[in-house]
Amino acid sequence: MNALLRILSVSLLFLAAGSLAQAHPHVWVTMQTELVYAPDGSITGIRHAWSFDDMFSTFATQGLESKEKGKFTREELEPLAKVNVESLKEFGYFTFATADGKKAELTDPAPGYWLDYNDQLLTLNFLLPFKTPLKAKELKVEIYDPSIFVDFAFAKDKPVQLAGAPKCKFDVVLPREMTFAEGKALSQIPAEEKNTTMAWGAQFASKILVHCP
Amino acid sequence: MPRLRALHGLLLLLFLLVMIDVAMAQPFGITRGASPSEVGGVTGWILAKQAEFYRMLSGLIRAAKADGSAAYTLLGVSFLYGVFHAAGPGHGKAVISSYLVANNETWRRGIVLSFASAVLQAVTAIIIVGVAAALLGATAKAMGDTVRVIEIASYSLILLIGLRLLWVKGWALLRAMGFKDRKHAHDLAHGHGHDHHHHHHYHDHKHDHDHDASAWSHGHAPEPSELAGRHWLKRGLTAIIAVGLRPCSGAIIVLVFALAQGLFWIGVASTFVMGLGTAITVAAIATLAVGARGLAGKLAKAKPGAGVIILRGLETAAALVIVLFGAALLTGYLASERLMGV
Repeated sequence: MNALLRILSVSLLFLAAGSLAQAHPHVWVTMQTELVYAPDGSITGIRHAWSFDDMFSTFATQGLESKEKGKFTREELEPLAKVNVESLKEFGYFTFATADGKKAELTDPAPGYWLDYNDQLLTLNFLLPFKTPLKAKELKVEIYDPSIFVDFAFAKDKPVQLAGAPKCKFDVVLPREMTFAEGKALSQIPAEEKNTTMAWGAQFASKILVHCP
Repeated sequence: MPRLRALHGLLLLLFLLVMIDVAMAQPFGITRGASPSEVGGVTGWILAKQAEFYRMLSGLIRAAKADGSAAYTLLGVSFLYGVFHAAGPGHGKAVISSYLVANNETWRRGIVLSFASAVLQAVTAIIIVGVAAALLGATAKAMGDTVRVIEIASYSLILLIGLRLLWVKGWALLRAMGFKDRKHAHDLAHGHGHDHHHHHHYHDHKHDHDHDASAWSHGHAPEPSELAGRHWLKRGLTAIIAVGLRPCSGAIIVLVFALAQGLFWIGVASTFVMGLGTAITVAAIATLAVGARGLAGKLAKAKPGAGVIILRGLETAAALVIVLFGAALLTGYLASERLMGV
């Protein structure tokens, strides 16, 4: 009976392990982010410029009509920009803000968002306003996809800018890259052992920490 | 009474394991909760590897344009990507394994099912991109919509297969546990069963009565007619379609990219090699599942009475896994849309 039970649990555990159905990134985004402040020092919104990787850019523009082959104007990309922004709503625009430890609500993007096509790469430009402009000593903005279907990374050039907040300082926390040693160490952990210290999506979050006096 | 208590414990264990299974399977790349999904260990490493190989593909396709030998590297990487990626969104291997366990299929059949569904998966991706994008000039959104329709069909089919198996195996379990109300069971089978399954119901019914009468005299081997004919393949065809119909989004993106580079055929080759890699992983896992099932069967033979209950319980649990997968995939789809108009 014991042996049977063992076999049974092993085979079911094994089925469970086999079903660990996880996506891996299919879309890579390189981003430049600007935090927009009002003259009174309160933050009003987050302006994103997200460049998509070459495969996704090609895929997204497949079949779109353009006057000049291989080039797309803002107007030609308008319908695609609309689809992108509208479907991002469901995922909270992958942008999560915390002001002095409290969740800060963002609203839908302001009108006037657009897509650019340069060097065969699409860039989505949009502004996410805060529901109410707020002042915070410590502001944290995290950008990540919990399901890691989209991989976010800051651009090397001007990753983050503060617009109109001369007294505030900021730090950019880059997502951790897995080193070879880490990968090897991970591969030696038994599959059934869940390492709870590793929140996969959040680990790949790009963070902006703003400190204002 | 200790036997009864052990049985209760066993059923509870089965239930818990299935629930854990479903909880772990939740992300799927379609369910996006507010909190990050936690993945560690081997799975984390596999995810990192997949992403690494996938990222190499675009560069290699570009390189293949200028230098033909890069195409070989592309195929090699595509193969590795397939091995790691294994069965698209990941439900394929679990559904196939559960299907094999529930139906007590042989490992050879498991391998055939794994390869057939992987080939079908590659073919669907190629047809979608080949016809929609290359011939009709469809947009990414149109292709995404097509995939969504295919998804619903595929997930519904998984759910249906699971429900049918659960029905058949669940009754077999109840009977093994001494649920003797034959008339009642019979009525129910007729009342709720689908017309086109009548034959199967009757079949299983009769089959299990043989068990009651002669215990382990002929084990749970399929009927001779089933073994000799192509019956299992016909039955397996539904599983192949259910699992293989939905193309992998990665393959579609790669194909569209290759098409844009004027290298559609390289993309096609890469997709097939990916499928080969996927099939190998799925077949390996399926073989393990069949092996575990076989071992359980052997051990159960030594324990008349409780053994048959455990076997039926295992089959019922496997059927339940398929049902839960189908339901989770289907509702996951209904609850969310694919990313960014894709």
